[in-house]
Formats: sequence, structure tokens, C-alpha cells
Amino acid sequence: MFATSLVQTLTFAIAAMICVTGALGVVALRNPVHNALSLVATLFGVAVLFIAQEAYFLAAIQVIVYAGAIVVLFLFVIMLLGVDRAESFAAERHPLGLAVGGILGGGVMVLAAVTLFAGVDTATGRRSTVGALAPSDDLNRIGRALFTEYAFAFELTSLLLTIAVLGAVLLSRRASGPPIDLDEFPAEEPDADAEEVEA
Amino acid sequence: MFATLLQATGAGDKLVTPEVPWSHLAPQLILVVGATVGVIAAAALRGRLRRSVGAVGAAVVAGAAIVSIIPLWHRVSNPAQGPISAVNGAIGVDRFSLFVTALLCAAVILASFTAEAYLQREGLDGPEFSLLLLLAAAGGSVMAGANDLIVMFIGIEVLSLAVYVLAAMHARRISSQESGLKYFLLGGFASAFLLYGIALTYGATGTTSLLRVQSFLAERVLTDDGLLLGGLALMLVGFAFKVGAVPFHMWTPDVYQGAPSPVTGFMAAAVKTAAFAGMLRVFVVGFASYADLWRPVVGALAIASLVVGAVMSVVQTNVKRMLAYSSIAHAGFVLLGVDAASAEGTAASLFYLAAYTAMALGTFAVVTVVGGSGDGAHTLDAYRGLGRRRPGLALAMSLFLLAQAGTPVTIGFLAKLGVIRAAIDADQWALAIVAMLTAVISTFMYLRIVVAMYFAESESESDDRGELRIPWGVGVTIGVAVIATLVLGVVPGPLEHLSDDALPVLVAVDGR
Repeated sequence: MFATSLVQTLTFAIAAMICVTGALGVVALRNPVHNALSLVATLFGVAVLFIAQEAYFLAAIQVIVYAGAIVVLFLFVIMLLGVDRAESFAAERHPLGLAVGGILGGGVMVLAAVTLFAGVDTATGRRSTVGALAPSDDLNRIGRALFTEYAFAFELTSLLLTIAVLGAVLLSRRASGPPIDLDEFPAEEPDADAEEVEA
Repeated sequence: MFATLLQATGAGDKLVTPEVPWSHLAPQLILVVGATVGVIAAAALRGRLRRSVGAVGAAVVAGAAIVSIIPLWHRVSNPAQGPISAVNGAIGVDRFSLFVTALLCAAVILASFTAEAYLQREGLDGPEFSLLLLLAAAGGSVMAGANDLIVMFIGIEVLSLAVYVLAAMHARRISSQESGLKYFLLGGFASAFLLYGIALTYGATGTTSLLRVQSFLAERVLTDDGLLLGGLALMLVGFAFKVGAVPFHMWTPDVYQGAPSPVTGFMAAAVKTAAFAGMLRVFVVGFASYADLWRPVVGALAIASLVVGAVMSVVQTNVKRMLAYSSIAHAGFVLLGVDAASAEGTAASLFYLAAYTAMALGTFAVVTVVGGSGDGAHTLDAYRGLGRRRPGLALAMSLFLLAQAGTPVTIGFLAKLGVIRAAIDADQWALAIVAMLTAVISTFMYLRIVVAMYFAESESESDDRGELRIPWGVGVTIGVAVIATLVLGVVPGPLEHLSDDALPVLVAVDGR
């Protein structure tokens, strides 16, 4: 009993560490490719957490779809736009914004830590509100949920995809002429902007 | 072989898929099917359709949706049948959702008429614009009826994605692209907040269904509810962003300024309406038992929105930015109704949203015309001497602005009166007083535009900007908005009656 819970705790700690490190890497690293690869680490950590919860199907989907397909797509876009174009955020760092963000972020962290460590039940009022899982595998349960309780939400996502396709087609159409409101952007180099619209 | 496989996976028992009461979902189905057919038609007949076909088509589809609401309204009003909760409790069909859907469809009709002239003038592609309006309305309608937080989230995303694209529609205006990108990035951020809030709420209550959340909270008193409070706070952030309440309003001026003018009108009217509908449904109904905890926060948001919206609008020189800040102040007024957390407050909020839909769409129709070719003339200077050049247009604009300021005999006055009365009945005297004071401040801003139109001479005596033409589409929008603003301002009975009846309810009745 003790051994199992120790293994669980260790697995969680390691996976959580991978997740958080990856997430920090996504935000902090300068090179876009490194950002994308850090995202893989985070998604991989989440997959490990899924396995720890015996949700093997979700873990596999997580790796195949997110870490596999989506991040590869990100990398494609980054490569197409040019890897060496490192963005500089130096001009956008307002000291006040940093201070407020730091205080708020730190506050949320402290709040989360207090909620977590003050007691086992503090967060939810009960240890588990969902109850024990029914004795069937996760694939079955997901399928059931999708076709019964979440049938409407599932169908609704198709509408979301329709709009996404429509929007992508619309926005990628070539403009019928050069930009007409360059005078509203006096400080910027008009040529760079013009290229952006043409592209 | 399949049988043995099923046996092996323990799926022997039959899967009961939910019944879909198609007739109850008629408004949403009409919007979605209409938009889908439109997409196919637009792709097949590309370039061979006149631009006005898209606008008229969208208006017909939205009109059909409104017509389909009428029998449904009678059906759910009938005590023998009553409101239902369809598709396994995912979406509720009650008078609240029907009222909001009708409002959204009306916004689609007016916005697509304005857009028809706009697209013609700017040489933009036609039908997709109207189709995106229809899809956005479908998303908003789902939000108004969502009985499940996941459905609510997807509804918001459907609405938002469509509006992000609409905001970036003007390919030749960099500010339009900027507006779309800003709205998209910040909106995605806000959606993440909302989703995180939903996840925490699920963790605390074990369900995403508002109905079951409600009964879960009714059956027990949580001694420790940190997770639920965190969830509520994050969901509030998500909704506050969508309605443009301070301090989550940063995107509003930039996006309103850069987006094509008809889209700005639709954003102000429909997106706000749908977001408030979602907020009312989740907080006032779903988390009614937590009202004591979320009400002060909503009250603070209301005060901040009222003050910042009114004060900042006065110092702007761009009319679209002025109207953006004024829309923030209007959001503050609607928040008064939300904060009341009562049937009266909800009815007042709905009345306000209906009034604002008419006023905002009318105002931005005028802005579309004055913006001129290129949609760039939005400074106060562009309005100088409008009273002499286009007396009718200036008169309509003055009416809309005075209505927004809350002048008696217009619908704006009754709307403000309603939410303030609801706030006073809920013993929120401070809120009511702040609301009245800020209404005076924003009146100054509205009068600035009116004064510019009538009492300031045009910079150059000879109009080098040429004659402003009012195309028929814009004329229709302005006409309808003027009639709604005036007639409903004098005879508010019918609308008040509808909004009083349109209360959101969570019922477990599964319709067939």
C-alpha cells in the first residue's frame, strides 16, 4: 500500500516537473523551435499523468495528436516563417506591468499552494466528488460520454471546424490592392506592413 | 466477431443515445443549415452572385429563425408543456434563450444590411461576410441556451471565431488586420481562463452540467470550496472579457476602431448580448446559491466599467474609440442588472441589451456611411458640419447618441431606468448612484459629437470629401433602428412584457 502510493507520488512529481519545466520553456526561451519543443515536453508530461490515472487511450491520443501532429504543424509554420527570426520583446517590457503581473502571478501561486497543502480536502470539500470509476476501460467510457452526455457538444465542435475552415480560406485570400491606411501607422516602416498584408 | 469484441470490452449493454427534439432546436438549426447551404452556394457560384444576394439571404435565414421562434415561444409558455432541456440536458429551450436568439437574429439582419453597402463600397468579397454573421448568431444562441458548461464554452468559441474573422475581413486595411489579430490573441487568452474555470468547477462538483451543479450545491453545504471559488473567479474573468468589462476591456478600443464599421456594430450588439446571456445563465441561475460571493465582484466590475468607460470616452478624438468606451460603460449598466441577481435584474438586463442592440447597430450604420470610402474617416472632424451636409443622417445619429445617453422618450432612458431600479431594489444604492453620475459624464461625450455635427463648421468650406451617399441597405438599418429607438421608447409595453417573461430556468425535462 505504502509502496504504491510512493510510486504514485513519485510519478506525479516527475511528470509534473516535466510539465512545468516545459511550460516555462515555452514562455522563456528565445528560439521559436525551442519553444515548440518545450511544448512537446509539457504535453508528454501530461500524457504520463494520464497513464498514472489509467487513462491509456487518452495518453496515446495526447502523444499522437498533440505532441505528434499539432507540434509538428507548429514547427512547419515556424520553419516556413524563418527559424532565425528571433522576436525581441524588450520594448514591450513595462516595469509596472512586470510588477503587477509578478504580484498577481505570485499571489495565485501562493493561493494554490495554500489550498493544496492546508489539508487534503480543502480544495473540494470532499476527497473525490466523482467517485470510483466504473469497471470498464477508458476508451469505452470516453465513447459513451461522447455519444450520450456530450453528444450535443460533440456535434457542435463540427460547427467550430466549419468556421475555422471558412475563416482560414477568407483570411488567406490575396488583398485586391495595396493597403490604404498606412497613414494611420506613422511610426512603423510601411514596407514591412505592406509585405505582411500581401503575404 | 464484433459481438465477441464488444463482449470482451464489456460493452454488452446497449448504448442509449439521446433523443433530439428537432422542432425545439429549430432556430439554431435554421441558422446553421442556412449558413452551410450558403457556404456551398457561395463556393459553387463564386463571382457570379451579386453582393446583395449574401445580405438578403442572411436576412431571410435570420428572419426565418425569428419566425420559428414564435411557435416555440408559445409552446414553452404553455404551462402544460413548459421549457425543456434537450439532448441529454445539454441545451435548454426556455423563453430566455428564445428571446436572446431573436435578438441575435435581429442583429444579424441589421448588420448584414449595413454590411451589404460596406462590402460594395470597399470592394470586398460578399457572401462569406453574411454567412459568418449567421454562424456567430448560432454560437450566441447556443450560449443563451447552454445548460452545460462545455456547451457554453463551445458556443462562445463558435461566436468568437466567427467574429475574429469578421474583424480582420478588410484585407486592405492594416488596422483591420491588427484588430482581428489582437482580438484573436486576447480572446484566446480569455477563453483559456474560462476553460480553466470550467475545469476547476468540474473538479469541485463532479459535473459540467449546470443543472447538476445546481442540485449538487443545493443538496450540500461545502465546508471547503477553494476549488469552486477559483473556478467561479476564472469563469467570471472569461465572461468579463467577452462583455468588455473593466479591467478586461483593454482590447475593446483597438478592436472596435480597427474592425470594419458594420462588424463593430455587430460586436457591440450581438457579442455583448450573447456574452451577457451566458453570464446570466451561469451565474444568476446556475450559481444562484453562491450569489453572496460573486455579487460583490460583479458589482466592482460594474463600477469600474461605468467609471472608466465614461471618463475615457470623454478624452477620445476618434468617434469609433469614443463609442468603444461608451460600450464599456453600457456593459457596466448591464452588469448592474446581473449584480441584482434577481428576476427583475435579469429582465432589466435583457431589456437593456435589446435597447442597446438597436442603438448600437443604428449608430454604427451611420459611422459606416460617414467613414467614407476606405473606412478611415472616423475622427471628430469627419462629423463637422454633417448637420448641414446630410441633415437626415445627422438627425438619426443625434437620436442614437441621445438615446445612448439616456434621454427620455427614447428606449435608452427606459433601459437605464430599468437596471438602476433593479439595482436599488437589490439594495445596491452605491451602484445606482455611480451609474447615474457616470451617465451624466458620458452624456458630455455624446453631446460633443452632436455639437460637432451641428454647431461646428466644416474645416474646408468646399466639401473635398464629396457627397456622402446613403445606400439602401444602410438606409434600412438606420430606419429600423430609429423606429425601434423611438417607438419602443414611447410604447415599451410589448418589449418589456417579453423581457419580463424571458427568465432563464434550468429544468430536467428532456424534450422529445
